[in-house]
Amino acid sequence: MSERPLLRVTNLTKHFPVRGGGRRVVHAVDDVTFHIDRGTTFGLVGESGCGKSSCARTIIRIYDPTSGSVELDGQEIAACPARELMPMRRRMQMIFQDPYASLNARMTVRDIIAEPLNAHFAALSRAQADEMIFAMLEKVGLTREHANRYAHEFSGGQRQRVGIARALILRPDLVICDEPISALDVSIQAQIVNMLRDFQQELGLTYLFIAHDLSMVRYVSDHVGVMYLGQLVEMCAADEIYSHPLHPYTQGLLQSIPIPDPRLARLKTASGLEGDLPSPIDPPAGCRFHTRCPYAMAVCALEQPPLCEAAPGHCVACHLHTPRNCDAKSVSIE
Amino acid sequence: MPNLLEINRLKTSFLTSGGEVQAVRGVSFGIGRGESVGIVGESGSGKSVTFLSVLRLLASTGRIREGEILFEGRDLVKLSRREMRDIRGKQISMIFQDPMSSLNPLIPVGRQVSEMLWAHDRGLSRAEQEKRTLELLRMVKIPEPEKRMKSFPHEFSGGMRQRVMIAMALACRPSLLIADEPTTALDVSIQDQILKLMRRLQAEVGMSILFITHDLGVVAELCSRVIVMYGGLVMEESPIDELFANPRHPYTRGLLNSIPSITQDKARRLTPIAGSPPDMIHPPAGCPFAPRCPYARVICENRLPPETVLGEGRRSMCWLHAPDAPATDNPFKGEGEVRA
Repeated sequence: MSERPLLRVTNLTKHFPVRGGGRRVVHAVDDVTFHIDRGTTFGLVGESGCGKSSCARTIIRIYDPTSGSVELDGQEIAACPARELMPMRRRMQMIFQDPYASLNARMTVRDIIAEPLNAHFAALSRAQADEMIFAMLEKVGLTREHANRYAHEFSGGQRQRVGIARALILRPDLVICDEPISALDVSIQAQIVNMLRDFQQELGLTYLFIAHDLSMVRYVSDHVGVMYLGQLVEMCAADEIYSHPLHPYTQGLLQSIPIPDPRLARLKTASGLEGDLPSPIDPPAGCRFHTRCPYAMAVCALEQPPLCEAAPGHCVACHLHTPRNCDAKSVSIE
Repeated sequence: MPNLLEINRLKTSFLTSGGEVQAVRGVSFGIGRGESVGIVGESGSGKSVTFLSVLRLLASTGRIREGEILFEGRDLVKLSRREMRDIRGKQISMIFQDPMSSLNPLIPVGRQVSEMLWAHDRGLSRAEQEKRTLELLRMVKIPEPEKRMKSFPHEFSGGMRQRVMIAMALACRPSLLIADEPTTALDVSIQDQILKLMRRLQAEVGMSILFITHDLGVVAELCSRVIVMYGGLVMEESPIDELFANPRHPYTRGLLNSIPSITQDKARRLTPIAGSPPDMIHPPAGCPFAPRCPYARVICENRLPPETVLGEGRRSMCWLHAPDAPATDNPFKGEGEVRA
């Protein structure tokens, strides 16, 4: 595609120092490279602790990256000084996982949604702000009568609607959805997902969608990236990753999903994943997955496989699939 | 043979400053020996309160208002606290959603398991306790149990902690294990490991399992029968295959339609259930699902539907299936084909 992607993340790395651990660090995000085209959704999946949330928070500069670059519409965010960051922040907003913890219990819904408006448009009068807030509330399926209530008066699904209103009131380009539905009941999840999809079409939003529910990620995403211990191990079109997963980790994850059909569930023979995620403080040498991989070879414990294009538009970091002449730096999905 | 557990017309409520929350409003069902039954429902459906009532572990504001809970023929509602304590953990045990807050962070895991053994058999020697603890940890596949039994809960991952919880629950060889969302806090990969473990242990130990969850996928993998709860009532009960092949209650259909399958057509929108669950302080006079039901009629909002037997092991609580329902009094509120 010739158009410039909205978000380009290049070699992004975030290490957290370990308290009392000398020079030891938690390898939360390690050398992650991907991009998201305007108006599309990139899904990021992996087990808890794999670094998907850290990655999102580093992109939006809640955390300062250790190294690497993040470009929003061509503008560098990763090295941007704090005061220049403000106008960029208007263009990227976040929807959080827990609608109970992410809304201030002592603020009314109006004030919660007004806060980003006031921060970015100080000149706005109260009447103007109210008008925008009421319109936004209606868009997310609430009414203006809800504006003077407090978060505790709402159900989980309604709270998440408030969280979405807060994120969208600034008309951002990029919305980072960090597990936006995993705290909600099944019947409510579909409501929220449909709403996010409608907003994407209407406002041309670009989503970075983080979740551990793989069927939901496939459903909402155009492209999917799979993370393991801070690294991107596989990345391709959403349907492709489910129909032709290449990385043994992705295959294991997919086999672990419970099948909501008892007859198919009984036929399931595949084995899923064994063991737990190793510590991100001392990630295994070589391929980080080799300690749990059913196909591990001698080379896997020694050499880290580069992320290579194994099939058109399908990148994977695995020695089973590394083409002979792979140049890791040239990889990108178009 | 009579059922291992038989719950009849159970009603449980909680007294709060806002009024009486009627969490369970007349629930009846049974569980056979060696059977695994799933209870599905969203938050506030009464599924957890039903089982806290069985174990008599309700918060101090909770009261069992009516009904009986027969376990091996004895009514648990009538037992003294002391008698109940002998049953809890020994004959009926429970594993909870959050393995971190269910374990004591100050005591090594091995001692927490052996405490279970000791609590129900004071005659057990130290050496015997240790031997049994090791067996249990090995049974739930904790690697290097000799070393790990001295570790504290924070040194374990979520999946390992849940394994310890299962070891504790199985310590006294209970005839009934109640698992309340045991895998909800875990990753899919670890959930898969825990489900496999539970399936294997059920085959080995032969206990009955009651699996409380909101995830129909988990139920499909583990249970032979499903009970669907909503608004403190049993909406539908069915053998597992029939439920997925032909869900009868509109709520069950709604639930199945709102989860995307891995083969979901992406162009198609998900079909959510509109609205939100009822207020249990003032539960609706009629069917609790009526305000969200696309097939609701006037009668649904005014009168609680009767329970209708639909076949072997199948029943539903819906006016669509009730033989004595009045002739359609007005058109359906929503669209959709009705197959009664």
